[in-house]
Amino acid sequence: MSLRRPAKDQPESFEFNASSLEAANVIVAKYPEGKQQSAVMALLYIAQKQNNNWIPLAAMKYIAKFLDMPYIKVYEVATFYTMYNLAPVGKYFVQVCTTTPCMIRGANQLVEACKEKISENECELSNDKSCSWMEVECLGACVNAPMMQINDDYYEDLDKQKTLDILDKILNGETPKPGSYRGRVNNEPENNRKTLMDLKNA
Amino acid sequence: MLKDQDRIFQNLYNDKGSDVSSSQERGDWVNTKEITDKGRDWIINEIKESQLRGRGGAGFPTGLKWSFAPKEVGSRPHYLVINGDESEPGTCKDRDILRFEPHKLIEGCLIASYAVQAHVCYIYIRGEYFVDGQKLQAAIDEAYEKKKLLGKNAAGTGWDLDIYIHYGAGAYICGEETALLESLEGKKGQPRLKPPFPALIGLYGCPTIINNVETIAVVPTILRRGAKWFASLGREKNTGTKIFCISGNVNNPCNVEEEMSIPLKELIEVHAGGVIGGWENLQAVIPGGSSMPLIPKERCETLKMDFDACIEEKSGLGTAGIVVINKDQDIIKCMARIARFYKHESCGQCTPCREGSGWMWRMLERMANGDATKDEVDMLGDVTNQIAGHTICAFGEGSSWPVQGLLRHFKKEIEKRNNLDPIVQKKNNIPYLVDQHLLDKKNA
Repeated sequence: MSLRRPAKDQPESFEFNASSLEAANVIVAKYPEGKQQSAVMALLYIAQKQNNNWIPLAAMKYIAKFLDMPYIKVYEVATFYTMYNLAPVGKYFVQVCTTTPCMIRGANQLVEACKEKISENECELSNDKSCSWMEVECLGACVNAPMMQINDDYYEDLDKQKTLDILDKILNGETPKPGSYRGRVNNEPENNRKTLMDLKNA
Repeated sequence: MLKDQDRIFQNLYNDKGSDVSSSQERGDWVNTKEITDKGRDWIINEIKESQLRGRGGAGFPTGLKWSFAPKEVGSRPHYLVINGDESEPGTCKDRDILRFEPHKLIEGCLIASYAVQAHVCYIYIRGEYFVDGQKLQAAIDEAYEKKKLLGKNAAGTGWDLDIYIHYGAGAYICGEETALLESLEGKKGQPRLKPPFPALIGLYGCPTIINNVETIAVVPTILRRGAKWFASLGREKNTGTKIFCISGNVNNPCNVEEEMSIPLKELIEVHAGGVIGGWENLQAVIPGGSSMPLIPKERCETLKMDFDACIEEKSGLGTAGIVVINKDQDIIKCMARIARFYKHESCGQCTPCREGSGWMWRMLERMANGDATKDEVDMLGDVTNQIAGHTICAFGEGSSWPVQGLLRHFKKEIEKRNNLDPIVQKKNNIPYLVDQHLLDKKNA
């Protein structure tokens, strides 16, 4: 289990804005009547997106009322799942996978790059407050190792220099192109493809 | 090597695009109505005869699972749930299906829903795959709007089906089917006790069939080309094709669809461009995602990649996420990192797993640094045995098997590095888990 604590400084109140409210109603309609509790995970995402990438306690209370469920149940869910940020993170949130398949292909170099460019410690905002990083468990792109995720996008087949370049870009406020950084196409074996060649050459 | 025309996922590398019309060119959605017209029993029988086994890790026969769904729909509706919470380290096959072959999955959902009489299907995708989930959503929207392939009278089959995507939020344990259901109900993802099995009491207490993404995505092709064709690939009880994910210390890490029972060496040498530093530099291979015990080099020479052959090597095919570890790596450190993964992902419901996973991690970290005492090697083995089989779900086994595999094949390596004397010298042969106060009384 991982230890997760809400931030000390919490805003007083939280409310969905118009677009969040619309999105929330669409989500609730996906589930059978009376089972609106199912929507709690998606609603926490919406709250997180609206509130600069983290979820304050006020938002949990608001969602509890919205879905007519006890506050503690929302709190349980928000603290159980690791993708809900309970404290402020940067506008660019960098997650570096360091589980074994990435580790043996040099994920520690990516961590070094993050330490150099963003902050010495995990979950710490960079000097200009725009960026933070953390080590995470397997992100499910093992054949593209080592890799990292910035907000929703995957950056694959990295090394230290490429990571430094990507981090430079995001610190300048640009969004680098997601995908492989060795120029390979998706998950095919680089320069060694032996299957489905008719389709490739078609 | 498998012939190209026998590959189910023609668009694995996205050569052709994933929209409806290019999928139809590849044969998806062509005669869905003809398939469903043959009836439920025919579909389930055909899947049984194809000997398709679940691709999510456990390898349970899919046709048998479907036949557990109640024959008549009672007061409770049936549900189909697709498990796309792929989080096993070493595995990244479902991601490619979600983004490049979404229509194989959607058509599979329709046929499976028809077979188990479900009108609603939820696809549970791990939260990190948000972008890939959006691609699937786009494919679902396209199926609804353009061609009436979903919704009322889906694809002209007369069956109504709605498909919804539900995103997870970074919990590995939600890949366990009952934890997935809990998560889908908006709770913490902590597994339920079985029985009752989800086929009778599942989502919202209703009969629910849960299948992996890859399992469902191969169903339409099996029914089109016939169970005999599928069963002719691979060998008895381990039939068909499988997407292998080859990662780690190989020259060309990749996903590739191959026949079941393909030799491991062929996969690594032919498709993945060989081990970095040559075959002689190979140290060990994890054959099926991090939960499966590793297999040392000498056994890798002849290993065939299927469910039963891996079990004979005291490992398992799991999700077929092959992690190749060469001799440049510290094997104890690799396993310590896997133990840290399990420590992080334990849901905390059962004490042996919650406490034991952290205990194993701490011991392995010390062993990697050579800071452990001699007796801890046996203690580590003992802890794994205290976890495996003593938990509600299979996470206990999943977290202790890799450590047991390490002890089975690399015990000498650990002992060589850790030869400190025990801090407390044992006088009698006392199992360390016995309550200390009882011993004191006896010794007094």
